Amino acid sequence: PERSTNLLGVRHILLVLSGKGGVGKSTVSTELALALRHRGHRVGILDVDLCGPSIPRMLRVQDRAVHQCDSGWVPVFVGQDRAIALMSIGFLLERPDDAVVWRGPKKNALIKQFVTDVAWGDLDFLIVDTPPGTSDEHISTVEALRPYRLLGAILVTTPQ
Amino acid sequence: AAAPQPSLCLAECPGTGSAQAGSAAACQGCPNQGLCAAGAAGPDPGEAAELRARLRAVRHTVLVLSGKGGVGKSTFSAALAHGLAADEHKQVALLDIDICGPSIPKMMGLEGEQVHQSGSGWSPVYVEENLGVMSVGFLLSSPDDAVIWRGPKKNGLIKQFLRDVDWGEIDYLIVDTPPGTSDEHLSIVQYLSVTRIDGAVIVTTPQEISLQDVRKEINFCHKVKLPIIGVVENMSGFVCPKCKKESQIFPPTTGGAEKMCQNLNVSLLGKVPLDPQIGRSCDRGQSFLSEAPESPATLSYRNIIQRIQEYCEQHHSQEEKMI
Repeated sequence: PERSTNLLGVRHILLVLSGKGGVGKSTVSTELALALRHRGHRVGILDVDLCGPSIPRMLRVQDRAVHQCDSGWVPVFVGQDRAIALMSIGFLLERPDDAVVWRGPKKNALIKQFVTDVAWGDLDFLIVDTPPGTSDEHISTVEALRPYRLLGAILVTTPQ
Repeated sequence: AAAPQPSLCLAECPGTGSAQAGSAAACQGCPNQGLCAAGAAGPDPGEAAELRARLRAVRHTVLVLSGKGGVGKSTFSAALAHGLAADEHKQVALLDIDICGPSIPKMMGLEGEQVHQSGSGWSPVYVEENLGVMSVGFLLSSPDDAVIWRGPKKNGLIKQFLRDVDWGEIDYLIVDTPPGTSDEHLSIVQYLSVTRIDGAVIVTTPQEISLQDVRKEINFCHKVKLPIIGVVENMSGFVCPKCKKESQIFPPTTGGAEKMCQNLNVSLLGKVPLDPQIGRSCDRGQSFLSEAPESPATLSYRNIIQRIQEYCEQHHSQEEKMI
């Protein structure tokens, strides 16, 4: 895939993965973003959990909307200082309880758009929160991010 | 060059399971159009006949769903299977269609078991004489092998599980699913349309972050016309074994499953408290109901299982009356 200009200002990209659901991936992604912001960094979160997007509510921006600009989508900025930028399918639903019942190809197409068409601007860290599993979303996300500098993955688990 | 404009056909999508799937105006240019239009939506008539023949001897089918991961779907499916199989006159089958994260083999104490083929198809792995299990977990050469498959391959395996496994005559087929509302869920509903699904049991935990996903799952059920038997709220409070004080580990900040069920007019089957013995039994592959018969969680599970049985039997006899 080609490099999109939208990710050129992003210094580090981190994936937050598990395999297992409900272990705290979204919670860790959110807390990590907040901690990095606290240290003065500019942070973005890309929520690629299309069926169960949790990040908007965790950052209390579930009622916000996404707007388009010349280079694509403008992420939702969190907080007075706008130091966290967020993109999630949660912002694109007509109603919050709408189920996104998509098969793989449509999910893949949206994830590619999320990676290349969001105008992130300059970020020190882009944290990518993922759904549980090792399937379409994960394959597509890694493929779409291949041309960029991926710092690595953080794996979340619980003890059992 | 023109800047790429993001596109999304969320609002106008007729629904991947609908009759217009792939052919509505809004479908033009949608990445799924090919799949929907080709009716990869459901089994073709030949396949449907095969599936119908294989599933003819299944009396009741219950899907265990969530929307949220880690709320206890597999734990509940295992308990439901054990609970129903306690009646040795009932034949129970547990089908695990969580292809990426199959938990059922370990929970049922069947790790390392393999699937054998016979003339009549794949043999389920039997925990008890009257309790058979099938999972992708049995097909892996090592338990740590990742199954990194896209949707179509997962759908293919699910179809095989239904078509090629020699389940025999079953009173209850329980299907454990992964979290979400995607390929696996669409496929199981579409493949099982050749027979009858009694309904879905939806599992949640009390916090809003879970309920948020579960409401979507309830909407999925409505969209695909899947009856909802009811909702189970897991991890609902913790009673300290020493001081007996109850704490809410996952506080129901928006009223928990109870409020959600009232709002959405679905049945709350029961609340199951957190009990560390549950996790331990799962890890050890033992039946929690047998290992901890005195636990308040066991009592809750048994009540819920009874309600599910009553629902299935009642609807079955209503149908028989109609015939």
